[in-house]
Amino acid sequence: MTQVTMTVNGKSMSGDVEGRTLLAQFLRDDMGLTGTHIGCDTSQCGACVVHVNGEAVKACTMFAVEANGATVDTIEGQANADGSLNVIQQAFQDYHGLQCGFCTPGMVMSAAALLKENSKPTEAEIRHYLDGNICRCTGYHNIVKAIMAASGQDVPAVAAE
Amino acid sequence: MPKDGGIGASSKRREDVRFLTGNGKYTDDINMRGQAYVHFLRSDIAHGKITSVDISGAEGMPGVVKVFTGSDFEGVGGMPCGWQVTDKHGQPMQEPPHPILAQGKVRHVGEPIAAVVAETYAQARDAAEAIVVDIDELPAVVDMKAAVKDGAPKVHDDLTSNLCYDWGFVEENKDAVNKAFDDAAHVTTLELVNNRLVANPMEPRVALGDYDRSGDESTLYTTSQNPHVIRLLMGAFVLGIPEHKLRVVAPDVGGGFGTKIFHYQEEAFCTFAAKACNRPVKWTSTRSEAFMSDAHGRDHVTKIELALDGDNNFTAIRTDTYANMGAYLSTFAPSVPTWLHGTLMAGNYKTPLIYVNVKAVFTNTVPVDAYRGAGRPEATFQLERLVDKAAHELGVDPIALRRQNFVTEFPYATPVAVEYDTGDYNATMDKLEEMSDRAGFEARRKESEAKGKLRGFGVNAYIEACGIAPSNLVGQLGARAGLYESATVRVNATGGLVVMTGSHSHGQGHETSFAQVVAEMIGIDEGMVEIVHGDTARTPMGMGTYGSRSIAVGGSAMVRATEKIIAKAKKIASHLLEASEGDIELKDGAFSVAGTDKSVAWGDVTLAAYVPHNYPLDDIEPGLEETAFYDPANFTYPAGAYACEVELDPETGQVTIERFSAADDFGNVINPMIVEGQVHGGLAQGIGQALLENCAYDSDGQLLSASYMDYAMPRAADLPMYQVDHSCQTPCTHNPLGVKGCGEAGAIGSPPAVINAVLDAMRSGGHDIGHIDMPVSPGRVWAAMHGGN
Ligand code: FES
Ligand code: FES
Repeated sequence: MTQVTMTVNGKSMSGDVEGRTLLAQFLRDDMGLTGTHIGCDTSQCGACVVHVNGEAVKACTMFAVEANGATVDTIEGQANADGSLNVIQQAFQDYHGLQCGFCTPGMVMSAAALLKENSKPTEAEIRHYLDGNICRCTGYHNIVKAIMAASGQDVPAVAAE
Repeated sequence: MPKDGGIGASSKRREDVRFLTGNGKYTDDINMRGQAYVHFLRSDIAHGKITSVDISGAEGMPGVVKVFTGSDFEGVGGMPCGWQVTDKHGQPMQEPPHPILAQGKVRHVGEPIAAVVAETYAQARDAAEAIVVDIDELPAVVDMKAAVKDGAPKVHDDLTSNLCYDWGFVEENKDAVNKAFDDAAHVTTLELVNNRLVANPMEPRVALGDYDRSGDESTLYTTSQNPHVIRLLMGAFVLGIPEHKLRVVAPDVGGGFGTKIFHYQEEAFCTFAAKACNRPVKWTSTRSEAFMSDAHGRDHVTKIELALDGDNNFTAIRTDTYANMGAYLSTFAPSVPTWLHGTLMAGNYKTPLIYVNVKAVFTNTVPVDAYRGAGRPEATFQLERLVDKAAHELGVDPIALRRQNFVTEFPYATPVAVEYDTGDYNATMDKLEEMSDRAGFEARRKESEAKGKLRGFGVNAYIEACGIAPSNLVGQLGARAGLYESATVRVNATGGLVVMTGSHSHGQGHETSFAQVVAEMIGIDEGMVEIVHGDTARTPMGMGTYGSRSIAVGGSAMVRATEKIIAKAKKIASHLLEASEGDIELKDGAFSVAGTDKSVAWGDVTLAAYVPHNYPLDDIEPGLEETAFYDPANFTYPAGAYACEVELDPETGQVTIERFSAADDFGNVINPMIVEGQVHGGLAQGIGQALLENCAYDSDGQLLSASYMDYAMPRAADLPMYQVDHSCQTPCTHNPLGVKGCGEAGAIGSPPAVINAVLDAMRSGGHDIGHIDMPVSPGRVWAAMHGGN
């Protein structure tokens, strides 16, 4: 067992982990942050995306010990300080970018990373960027719209096309 | 003007807030004090005799609580099948036992042989590796037609063969159908495969069993679409726990698509082991386990024929289908290729004579059961490919041939035992031609050709049957369950309502749309209505969510219960207003006396119901809580027309979807935003089936597609923006909301449109190949265009 400490959503958190403990498991099982989901075992689905030192990372592909000392941001830390949904989260609700919600934390974290590097992505750029995030419910249409809307681009209102 | 609340409004989903902030509560998010973890040792051999299972090495491993094998479950019931099909000779299907842990033999890769319960997952997994299993491998049967040949190895030694049933529908029509083919002016024949799929909800299955010694009560938390059904099946047929001692909770569920309807071994195991180990026992499926333990979908091999007269009227349809059951009968498996498939073979057409033959076959593969659409996508794919092929053989326009044969008068009784109540297939086809800009297609084709690409346009019509019912009919057809739905509406003293529904939401947004209906009926704010689902301790016995039944059946139960509430509330209001009950009107959350300005608010009436000081106690009881069970008179019949436009690169065989249009008739619509989202998701799954997805086994029964590395899930870049429309509305005539259901349409209607478009593109490049099987991978397309396969 190794002790790890990281700053998660602005708070210092520590725990004892095995060498094989994944960051996703540490967040979910040890820190109780169950918003980060696990949807596969081959690093394909993106349900587990978090930010480590500001970069989008699949938390199932990183050992907890590798994140020792890092700054980690998860879906639980994304809302505005007053608890209201942030721009991306709000756009997902407004444009019906989620159904069962299981892929959603990863989608929101990936979208945030995308908009950080490309503030006005095209539809094709969004689709390409989301290659590592699988959603089985929405058919992606409304996720793409939500991300375009969150970046301030004109998008037709939901159910009005 | 769009409405801002109630029926017809695109109300934003209330459940989104918890999902978007990481506060959803999925089964794997639940952890209990003292919980242990189970890992299942699964067979890596498709077919074999188990000669020994030695657990001695595992028992002493660190953290191990207990190791279970098949012998721990002798005397415990097996997994029950909920539907008995009767074959064409009047005999019941062959129904083999389905053990919780393998007994004597393994019959598919992934079948659980032993289970290790330990302090941690890692310890359970480590210990499982120390179990020594000896299996004498037997030849596996994978191909269905080979499986039913004389002398084929038997999946179940005690059965007479691998044939589960040979079903003829309608058997009495067979001779007339054959005669129509003898008399036909033209016959179109098509052989096709409906590829095997894996549902792949993004949340893998999870089961957490808990046992409370003080009350001798078991609780199972599980990823289910129908917790009451699991409680009944598991309690009564597997573990022998009376329902009052068993609670099943399905909290937030991350997608189902059918595969979370069924009762699985892991659920029974965790419930059993929690009592045996006296501590909570949890199982979380990995994705790899999901591929080899979740019920698969589709997997039909079909020959279908269409007879036409000299004027191109359809005169008869004849089909011959092999349907894979896998190694065991999953909960509703036998119903899928029969009553959910044969009954839909008329499609949108007035073909007078139809005969459907289905042979259900056991193979050494994972059990196959309902997946989004369940039987109806298989029927639609056959029929809509067949009609398109006929049109090309006859040199007529595929849309015109469809229109000529559409059912246009309703109600319409098909020759396959169902009666369509309403529909307007020409209206959805008109809408589709407009949306898809068919007129502009040739210009777009020229643009593609200028880039060296081929372009194709494909259409199809579809019909489906949702809200399967009524219970007495499905009972005659072999269902071992009723198919009603329930709702309890509890009005609180201060006027808020809690609706406890037997339907279950796992992405459909019931918490929002169901509240819209009740709020509209009473004339109050949606925020005053709370929807509770997914817990047998909090909801009345209900059948759950599948088959696009929730609003049509569950919504109807909720309407009936709310009507009872309103009727009682009017009685109270008439007392408070000193007026006759017949004069009381409810509007905008207030009761008034017709023709006067006397009124009393909803909240005053609800308060009076619970503080009955000024109250007609001699006439009615205090309180305001009502339950309704709704058993529909018929199925509902959503229908529509879909169009797909593809571009095909003749150099590589790569197909891309350029446009996809869907014109649906769902009857009345409660929340257009949610309805459109359901169609989008269905389209993605249907396009996924046509273009990408395939569950493959090799001839030894090894599962070749057991992860996202080799099962091609549709990703964002594989799919287009969709054009969807539901403005053609012929309301259902037999449910109170006039709704039909929208959950499966997209998955049912889209595969034939894609394949028809691909074949059209190939034809435009001089390759008239007649048919191509799904998925249309680049290799398959390229080979087809170059004369190979
Ligand atoms: S769980 Fe990390 S990519 Fe699937
Ligand atoms: S919303 Fe269910 S997987 Fe994306």
